[in-house]
Amino acid sequence: MAMFLIRRIGHGILVLWLISVAVFALFFVAPSNVAQTLAGRQGTPETIALIKHRLGLDLPVWQQYLHFLGNAVKGNLGYDYYHQVPVTHIIGQALPITVSLALGAAVLWLALGVFNGVISATHPRSLADRGLTLFALFFYSFPSFLLGLLLLYFLYFRLTLSGFGWFPAGGYAPLTGGIGPWFQHLLLPWVALALLLAATYTRLTRGSMLDVLGEDYIRTARSKGIRESRVVVVHGLRSALTPVVTQFGIDLGQLIGGVVVIETVFSLPGLGQTAVVAINQQDLPVIIGIVLFASAAVVVSNILVDIGYAVLDPRVRLH
Amino acid sequence: MTDVLLKVDDVRKEFPTHSKEVVQAVAGVSLEVHKGETLGLVGETGCGKSSLARCMAHLYDVTSGSVWFEGQEISKLSRKAMRPLRRDVQVIFQDPYGSLNPRRRVGSIIGDPFAIHNIASGNERKKKVQELMELVGLNPEHYNRFPAEFSGGQRQRIGVARALALRPKLVICDEPVSALDVSIQAQIINLLSDLQREFDLTYVFISHDLSVVRHVSDRIAVMYLGKIVELAPTAELFGQTRHPYTRALLSALPVADPDTADSREQIILGGDIPSATNPPSGCRFHTRCPKARLDCAAEEPVLEPVLDDKPGHRTACFYPLTVGEDLSTAVPDLKAS
Amino acid sequence: MTAAIEMVDVLDEPKAIEGRRPFSLAVRRLRKDKVAMVSLVVIVLIVLMAVLAPVFAAVTGHPPNEQYRDIGLTPDGLPRGPNGTFWLGTDDLGRDILVRIAYGARISLLVGVLATAITVVIGVVLGLAAGFLGGITDTVLARLIDVVLSVPFLLVAIALVSVTGPSLTVTVLVIGCFSWASVARIVRGQVLSLREREFVEAARSLGAGDRRIMFVDVLPNVIAPVIVYTTLLIPVVIVTQATLSFLGLGLPPPTPDWGGMISESQNYYTTAWWFILFPGLALLVTTLAFNLFGDGVRDAFDPRADRT
Repeated sequence: MAMFLIRRIGHGILVLWLISVAVFALFFVAPSNVAQTLAGRQGTPETIALIKHRLGLDLPVWQQYLHFLGNAVKGNLGYDYYHQVPVTHIIGQALPITVSLALGAAVLWLALGVFNGVISATHPRSLADRGLTLFALFFYSFPSFLLGLLLLYFLYFRLTLSGFGWFPAGGYAPLTGGIGPWFQHLLLPWVALALLLAATYTRLTRGSMLDVLGEDYIRTARSKGIRESRVVVVHGLRSALTPVVTQFGIDLGQLIGGVVVIETVFSLPGLGQTAVVAINQQDLPVIIGIVLFASAAVVVSNILVDIGYAVLDPRVRLH
Repeated sequence: MTDVLLKVDDVRKEFPTHSKEVVQAVAGVSLEVHKGETLGLVGETGCGKSSLARCMAHLYDVTSGSVWFEGQEISKLSRKAMRPLRRDVQVIFQDPYGSLNPRRRVGSIIGDPFAIHNIASGNERKKKVQELMELVGLNPEHYNRFPAEFSGGQRQRIGVARALALRPKLVICDEPVSALDVSIQAQIINLLSDLQREFDLTYVFISHDLSVVRHVSDRIAVMYLGKIVELAPTAELFGQTRHPYTRALLSALPVADPDTADSREQIILGGDIPSATNPPSGCRFHTRCPKARLDCAAEEPVLEPVLDDKPGHRTACFYPLTVGEDLSTAVPDLKAS
Repeated sequence: MTAAIEMVDVLDEPKAIEGRRPFSLAVRRLRKDKVAMVSLVVIVLIVLMAVLAPVFAAVTGHPPNEQYRDIGLTPDGLPRGPNGTFWLGTDDLGRDILVRIAYGARISLLVGVLATAITVVIGVVLGLAAGFLGGITDTVLARLIDVVLSVPFLLVAIALVSVTGPSLTVTVLVIGCFSWASVARIVRGQVLSLREREFVEAARSLGAGDRRIMFVDVLPNVIAPVIVYTTLLIPVVIVTQATLSFLGLGLPPPTPDWGGMISESQNYYTTAWWFILFPGLALLVTTLAFNLFGDGVRDAFDPRADRT
């Protein structure tokens, strides 16, 4: 187990390092005119050169990279080009929003996906099964921005027009300002995200539940006269959830790294939106910082999934 | 005897296992295959006969030792250098289901040798393939079918056609009939015999079934745990059996006449076949041999002519059987005196 | 329609009826799947719409990029709703939404097919190489797969497009180069077990080289999962392309594409519902049809495979 962990963490670090090299190379090879932008329209060549020097952009790329890497190891991801705010600080500010969004949505999509999956699996090929599968695929097919816009149109615009101003047009209200506004601002994004992701969980739960319900020990439990609902929930669901947990870890890791589209549509200044803004401004340190953070989230969640898998299913040997 | 086509010289083949041990699949085998003969190779499942076959065809790299084909050492050739020799040495595989690619048409499977060695293409290849199909008793019109549409026996005919496409000199038949029904086995064996006569082929015929091997072979080698324990012309192996293991295999053969079957000695070997990762010391058969003595566990017997045998009959045993010796009453004695 | 025509073909050609032929069983199962067949018809209609986009322009008399600032906009300069001249209404510049949707289908389908093709080709070749060759090749490729799967795809895609400037080629390449890893992983897994099969050894005994074995013997055996994955990948690619357009990184205007149209409609959806509804519907119907068809293909190829 320890050996496994060490190897996995080693691989993870290697992957992150490769990503940092790739991202760095990508943006520094591409022509950049940040200095020009910062200097403004009237910027003289001297001003531009001065700005470049101040940002370290006049050094060879490999020196810039080593400088970046040295700081990154110490937990410093650099400073943004425009206001000299530490990138870690920017990430720290955006992260709670993205985490609120991801976790809240996770509760919804897990509940929806697992519930529908169980119903489908216990009534295979029934009308309910087909209906739920279609429902799941319908929302799975939705482009996220379209679903977000539609929710805004009906639940914000139409409702507000009819005098029910329950939902805001977007934006974020921190938890420090009370749980009510926080909840109100996040409900629509939660629903949107949950509907988009629930399909995968419905399918996963249905599939593994169907497999499990065919196993001998389930038949044994039934023959002992245990109530069907208890058989399904206590005996079936517990072992059927392993693949669901795996998928959950992977999805959550990806979402923590930024929910680009939903954050943009609902004007939530989370990691995704921050990154998009930084990309538009060519604010390289912020872009690289967020990309690396997002990759780290995926890498860490994958390791956690592997550990969780071994804990849930003792038959799995790690090597 | 005449020309040596294939020579196997002290070949060993080991496979690493997960726990850092090695499986000794072939533990030092030497033998010769003569032009035009059929050499039978018989032994229980797991005795290393298939590994030996793959070493002969250089599908495996040998761990040590060497394999010579027509006086040329092939066991250390690179894949590329081996390529031209593949035309001369062919293999018929055991599993007629696994050895044919399920996603390719039969015509293209049989045409493979022509394609790989750039011999014929297009219509010419198709014509050659159909001739081959006819030769092995398949309907040439089934050229475009997939393997799944054929029976086991027909599939093995496909395997035979593929192996014979390039008119090889040596064909290594690795349990070619073991996966087939008994009635089908005879058909395939007859086909192989006909083809041998027609094309002057040399066979190495591997099977765990001594009755099949007896039927087709000129000489038979008996393998036990990676080693050859007895090697003799077929008639001699049956008439003057020397090794207790060979006798045990013979005694398990079914006989047609029930009267003789009753009076025949039955030798039941005790215990399981030992592990090839940790083979017994000395003679590897001593843990199950009814005639085992203390020195059998200490020293390894050499494969050589015993008693008054001719040079063609070699046995690896310190206490070879004499003709007529009753083995069913023998008792092993492994205690130190 | 097409399904019916193919059925006739089958009756005329007795060979195709033989049941045990690989894939024929899957195709027969697929034909019996009503949902999948309806989806296929919808897909064919969308393809027809894309191919016949100039006909839409000719019939309505409205080229896709022509701005009708007089008849296409209200006196206040707002888009006009569906009417006799503009069947699905106009956009903020007075352009015909119907014609633009037809032309937009070309972009969606083109990107969907091209990017998927690149994804599948790279994924299959690298997956084959990693699984079959093993050793150092496998180690390097496996790490590369890890890297690509760990990268936040959309962020990097946006960043890349913003660096290079938006164009059809860039969109296709970006999607293709970042999606191959999952294909490669699937193929690699399959090949790892396939290369132990006896027919691979048989090919080797005939003197076949690595390349021939990989492409002639192993490849045909990984086609089924690749087909399933490909049909499910097309809608994902179409959505990704639309998302990039929505974020302003699609095709440079005035080229009509669905994501871009929806993006432009954002400021008008309070006043002009048709502006977002019709492009949105086109996009949704397309992805839904592909997903339902892909679902049918998956069930047809492996009726037991309910897992992802």
